[in-house]
Amino acid sequence: MFELLAQTGLNALYAAAYLSLVAVGLVLIFGVMGIINFAHGELFMIGAYVVVALYSDLQMPFVLVAAIGLVFVGCIGILMEFTMFRPLRDNPLGGLVASIGFLMVLQALVALGFGVRMEHVPPFTQEVIVLSDRVRLPVHRLIVIVSSATLLAALWLFLKRTKFGWALRASAQDPEAAALQGISLRTTSLIAMFIGGALAGIAGSLTAPLISVTPTMGHSVIVAAFIVIIVGGIGSLEGAVLAAIVYAFVHTGVTTYIDGVIADIVGLSLMLAVLIVRPTGIFGARDRA
Amino acid sequence: MLLALPHFLSFSQREVLVFLTINVLVVCSYRLLTLTGEWSLGHVVMMGVGAYASAILAKRFGVHVPVAMLLGAGIAVVVALALSFPLFRMKGFYFLIGSFAAGEIIRLLWKRFRDPFGGPKGIKRIDPMPDIDFGFWQFTAFDPVSYYYFVLVVVTASLVVMWRIENSRIGLTFHAVHWQDSLAQASGISVRAYRTLALVIASGFAGLAGALLAHYIGTVNPNMFDIEQMVYVLTWAIVGGTATFYGPIIGCIALTVVNEIVLRELGLEQGRPLVYGLLLIGTVLFLPKGLEDAVARTWKLAAGLWSGRQVGGGR
Repeated sequence: MFELLAQTGLNALYAAAYLSLVAVGLVLIFGVMGIINFAHGELFMIGAYVVVALYSDLQMPFVLVAAIGLVFVGCIGILMEFTMFRPLRDNPLGGLVASIGFLMVLQALVALGFGVRMEHVPPFTQEVIVLSDRVRLPVHRLIVIVSSATLLAALWLFLKRTKFGWALRASAQDPEAAALQGISLRTTSLIAMFIGGALAGIAGSLTAPLISVTPTMGHSVIVAAFIVIIVGGIGSLEGAVLAAIVYAFVHTGVTTYIDGVIADIVGLSLMLAVLIVRPTGIFGARDRA
Repeated sequence: MLLALPHFLSFSQREVLVFLTINVLVVCSYRLLTLTGEWSLGHVVMMGVGAYASAILAKRFGVHVPVAMLLGAGIAVVVALALSFPLFRMKGFYFLIGSFAAGEIIRLLWKRFRDPFGGPKGIKRIDPMPDIDFGFWQFTAFDPVSYYYFVLVVVTASLVVMWRIENSRIGLTFHAVHWQDSLAQASGISVRAYRTLALVIASGFAGLAGALLAHYIGTVNPNMFDIEQMVYVLTWAIVGGTATFYGPIIGCIALTVVNEIVLRELGLEQGRPLVYGLLLIGTVLFLPKGLEDAVARTWKLAAGLWSGRQVGGGR
């Protein structure tokens, strides 16, 4: 019993790790720009396909590929800002709709380029840490957990300790006041889009060998990320990380003990319940929508 | 013209015409919901509720098919009414996400419970419409032309009802609820009641459309009503524009023509999401009021040229 619980806990920790990378980026973009990026799951997907193209096909070293995934998807974020979100600054619904359009474009391009079939990516390492008879932790999962924690810590330091981080948080708190202080909303939006995209991209790159890679894989990720940011209180980074952990434990637990579809229903019901009872989320205080 | 149309088309194009007519009903009912200012992501699922309900009634309980269709629409109304209680505690983005969650939960229930919903494979061999001999005309359910005429009658009647609703006191109140919701509230209008009314009517017609679809293709499954289909409906509405009654119809027809004629002829059906996505982005960026606005401007310009006066671009 204890062993099964420990194994579920480890699985959940791994799910929470990559999910919080995606959710934190989503929250950052929403905070700074007031836009819900529906294409965020597809940015995750692109990160995974960078690995398919460069690691499985071209056999480049995994660490380099992950770094390329980070930068490349971050640049897609910047592209989205330039082409869609900047012209639609005063039209949050328009930004949301445009991001849905962008989601379709990315999916279709990947499907045309790679085909719609599932891609198999060999793991970075086959090694497994055997903690006991029934508790095992594949090293690749450990890498995902450790890198996510490192990246989140780096983001936290960036936001709290650097000038750009201050500017970003200021424009999330009050865009007008921030602009009056001489903070360029254009620059902060660009940084937010780059960081948001980069985090989703590297999450996809890191997990590509562990999950099924298809052009539509972003769907389940974005749904999970929405649940996480709603439960965590939209606009709260710490809330998103906490909620990612809670959600991952609930979802993994229900999947293990009952089945996956019920787990999805439980997750969505959780979100619906939070929306009904407390639309600002459990950990959030502020309402900007 | 609509009556003569199927005779100029190939068999597969006739089938597309049936789907197009049903989709017009879906997108028009969706617009009715957006009149109160709320954008839902659960509308296609309400269509599915009508389809599943009608299919189960006909197949399990032997209900006469046209009656089952109407009951299916009725069940969609009841489900929408039940959902309105939690959903209308939310507004704007929260409603959007809430409606998605509610719809997805319903869809997953279809997927999970083999009895009575048939699980992931759904329900197959749904009873078709019975053949009817009108003397001067024979209705055959498997003939797309026959079914097209049947759907055309039902959809036209539904559109007339929606048109009348929009131009009645109720419709005007929908607009008031959208644009001046505190003022409407202060004038003694129950904003929530009217939002609920819009949701319920829209879902009823969506359910009817779903039932029409289910008894034609003979099968329903959870994937027919997933978020991808919802995004297509959203695209039709936004590309067409939602300010006028005819906007979404233009959007639906234009995109179906692009999809079925242009892409199919070129053999690029895989590129459908790409084209839809680009059109969606392009519309939001360059034609925020949709195709209806382009039509209105062209019309004004043409009228201006006709009368010999210059109308400054219709602005």
